[in-house]
Amino acid sequence: MGASQSARTEHEFQDLADRTGFSLEQIGNLNKRFRQLSKNEETLSRQDLASISALDNNPLRAQIINAFFDKRNLRQNEAGTVQVIGFEEFLMVMSHFRPAAMHITEEEREKLRREKLRFLFNMHDTDSDGTITLEEYRRAVEELLSKAGTIGQETAKAIADAAMLEVASTTRGKMEPDEFYEGITFENFLQKLQNESERATNLERRETERRKRRIRPWPLAILMDS
Amino acid sequence: MSVRVALHSRSFLERGLLLLVILIFLEGTVLTLGAASSPDISAQDNTGGHDHLDDHRGIAGSHVHPNYTKKAFPVLSLDYHHIQVPFEISLWVLLASLMKLGFHLIPQLSSIVPESCLLIVVGLLVGGLIKLAGEEVPPVLDSNLFFLCLLPPIILDAGYFLPIRPFMENIGTILMFAVVGTLWNAFFVGGLLYAVCQIEGTYLSQVELLPCLLFGSIISAVDPVAVLAVFEEIHINELLHILVFGESLLNDAVTVVLYHLFEEYSGAGEVTPMDVVLGVICFLIVSLGGIAVGAIYGILAAFTSRFTSHTRVIEPLFVFVYSYMAYLSAEMFHLSGIMALIACGAVMRPYVEANISHKSHTTVKYFLKMWSSVSETLIFIFLGVATVAGPHAWNWTFVSVTVILCLVSRVIGVVGLTFIINKFRIVKLTTKDQFIVAYGGLRGAIAFSLGYLLDKNLFPMRTMFLTAIITEIFFTVFVQGMTIKPLVDLLAVKKKQEAKRSINEEIHTQFLDHLLTGIEDICGHYGHHHWKDKLNRFNKKYIKKCLIAGERYKEPQLIAFYHKMEFKQAIELVESGGGVKLPSAVPSQVSMQNIQPKKLPPPVAERALPQFTKGREEEIRKILRSNLQKTRQRLRSYNRHTLVADPFEDGWNDFILKKQRLIELEKKMTEMSNYLTVPGATPDSPTMCRARLASGSDFKAEKGGAKVIPDPNAFYNIKASSDGVPTIQVDLASPQSPDSVNMLNEFSKRGATGQGLGQREGADRDEDQGLMMKPAGKGEKGEEEGGNKNPGLMRCLSDPGPSNEDEEDEPFLP
Repeated sequence: MGASQSARTEHEFQDLADRTGFSLEQIGNLNKRFRQLSKNEETLSRQDLASISALDNNPLRAQIINAFFDKRNLRQNEAGTVQVIGFEEFLMVMSHFRPAAMHITEEEREKLRREKLRFLFNMHDTDSDGTITLEEYRRAVEELLSKAGTIGQETAKAIADAAMLEVASTTRGKMEPDEFYEGITFENFLQKLQNESERATNLERRETERRKRRIRPWPLAILMDS
Repeated sequence: MSVRVALHSRSFLERGLLLLVILIFLEGTVLTLGAASSPDISAQDNTGGHDHLDDHRGIAGSHVHPNYTKKAFPVLSLDYHHIQVPFEISLWVLLASLMKLGFHLIPQLSSIVPESCLLIVVGLLVGGLIKLAGEEVPPVLDSNLFFLCLLPPIILDAGYFLPIRPFMENIGTILMFAVVGTLWNAFFVGGLLYAVCQIEGTYLSQVELLPCLLFGSIISAVDPVAVLAVFEEIHINELLHILVFGESLLNDAVTVVLYHLFEEYSGAGEVTPMDVVLGVICFLIVSLGGIAVGAIYGILAAFTSRFTSHTRVIEPLFVFVYSYMAYLSAEMFHLSGIMALIACGAVMRPYVEANISHKSHTTVKYFLKMWSSVSETLIFIFLGVATVAGPHAWNWTFVSVTVILCLVSRVIGVVGLTFIINKFRIVKLTTKDQFIVAYGGLRGAIAFSLGYLLDKNLFPMRTMFLTAIITEIFFTVFVQGMTIKPLVDLLAVKKKQEAKRSINEEIHTQFLDHLLTGIEDICGHYGHHHWKDKLNRFNKKYIKKCLIAGERYKEPQLIAFYHKMEFKQAIELVESGGGVKLPSAVPSQVSMQNIQPKKLPPPVAERALPQFTKGREEEIRKILRSNLQKTRQRLRSYNRHTLVADPFEDGWNDFILKKQRLIELEKKMTEMSNYLTVPGATPDSPTMCRARLASGSDFKAEKGGAKVIPDPNAFYNIKASSDGVPTIQVDLASPQSPDSVNMLNEFSKRGATGQGLGQREGADRDEDQGLMMKPAGKGEKGEEEGGNKNPGLMRCLSDPGPSNEDEEDEPFLP
């Protein structure tokens, strides 16, 4: 203990603050939590996270814990998992959940958005091959419904399939019967989100057109339109 | 409504006829009959015209009695008086509806001028015509009529369809605007008005401070009716909509308290600090009490709806009656009726929706929309009529200062408050957003009605206040209401995304919710996600169990959403005529084969059969049998108060369970071909996509040999085959592997039951007259298919509860 050590931590914290964008106070709080979780060890293991009682009811418990030990989320561009993480890594993962600063350029905002989405994508893409396959998506949905008992498990598959089909049709458009859609890539993932808003504007335009004509109820109208 | 109108209408027949003439005039039709007969009839009736309402026929008869002379028995007599009140009400409503109809016949007009403006103009015209006819204009916007009859439908509609999620996410901002913003506006406008009134030469020096503040509190509240009317037409993005609209709903409590406070002390004179404290307490009681009253009635309604499964026809009534009672109960204690209604609607909705049938839900939806739109139309028309009715006391200074101050205080308030709020918001409000929020602060009929309520003796300047209020309303509705649309386009403010919620969106929303809760737990920080999660689990564990009948309370949100989507697409398909010819006409979309890894399907039979036990099969048979019996019973018990004996209507809750068991069984036997009905790149072709998918599964069915496809697609396959193209080939007679011998056994057993059911279903469908197609002429195999498919089919076309149809979030008025 002593002045030198606290100065060192302060220096370290400052360094971390620069890299993660957290404020010193936030880092202090997170550090306290880290110590509490790791029982004053330097590193945090899966068991430590799994022992948080509040997580027990979370259907995504396993996935969330995994995300902390995923190398891809630690700002290292390699796949695989680690067994224990230090405080720095802990902060790295946490920094994905930091709100954007008030004054940043459009470019930075876009970059931040991509990073956040990448984190989300990685949570789905469990085998880190760059695509979310149908199997992976099904597992994710099953996980989501894991608290719902058997009803959940039955429907999960159907829901995942429907969702996958939706992505496939928005990103690929028309496909031949013998073509095969491997899964959602990160680009698709971004595109899907983009599409959603484009689709909205399209719909809006169509809606106004319909208003002008106001003849047919819409299910029929859209059939005719296309 | 009737009583109010009646009490204040002095002229009887003439006004009714006049209205009729106006109607005719405005609609441009020539209906000479009414006009021709009008003079002599009105002359006749004028003698009795001034009788009080209580003078019914009997009393009138006793008057006649003394000078009794024998007359011929009147074969045809005229007694307009008798039907006058309801007749006039109907005329008003008819006028309102016809006006609404008329505007939409002229699309060019409604694209420039908001409907609210047009309606006010119509009101002005009608009022002017009444005045021209030499009649006294009825006080149509009488406060009781307004608050007890016209306002509740609009607010209930808003509360029931309140988008809870964005509302709760922005509750802090909304409360800030609604409470602090309204207080600021009231005191700023009131205070400065008083200051202006003290200036020499304005002839306003008799106006005191308290009436000024009272006036400020009346004029400062943003009006939900006006906001709704304008914002629904400009399709602004959800965030801004909910900010302005939420503010207009929640500021009611502030207005009510300020109004009563100032009204109280205007008589007494001085206000002590003690009164201020009492005012704050009163505010808390009024707002929280209103919410509590609403929530209690909401829960009662939800609880009642749990038991309505046998009398579906009166289900919608409970929604309306309980809400109205909540409103009245709140008003009884001078609590905020608006907040009570909002709370009631929002609380009851999730539970009621789960309980009531799909038809009832549609009824609720349409009735709410119908009532609220008629009310809204009437309010705007009445506003115009009331303007003509007067009396007015025009004071240039007072009126112009009011208008300017309202604008200034609104802008300062919004900008100042946003500055504070933005420190806490993750999504910041931009300058454009602030401008729209400030500019969208329209005033409306609530202000007028509150002004109308003022006591003439206590407030000698009431007339001037009313004039100023009307001017302010006209200014905001006409100037701001008309310019806000071009301004929104000019500033390129984000518009509302009208896309349907996609299944991916729903998955990701849920995923993110849980993820953020998890992260908060790991941080050890109990933020709002944590509490929301707690509340959700509490809701699921206890409340839903109490308030939702049957097993549906177990259904997670995602699954419920999926079922709704499924149902909606089925309906679309049926509406569009089944889409038999579509697949050929339309380029194919992505189908299941495209996303299913090629190595699938694995050998089906191997997996399927070993665990298949006799007990289970017996169970299935029992399920099928009991289902059949129930259907039969239901069909027999016809009564006057049920709409159509719909065999599928009630069985939904039991059915989910049964279906679950069936699916479990089928899963073991077959590789499940999933329900895949996702709209393609263009969301406008779900049906084609579906048809395409259906044909996709044919392919699989053939490949896999004997196959049961437990999905609704199969239904369409059957349909397609009625065209003479057999698409499903279930070849039971040719075993392909040793395993399929077993399978065949299972199949034929199930087939026996399935066939029975299939026939039965066919008969039912005949009685139902064809929403569903009968798998006729398919022989044994077809029948069997029909039987096996019934789970999916029935689920598809029976009642899966209310579906979140897309019109819901759209403005109702086309």
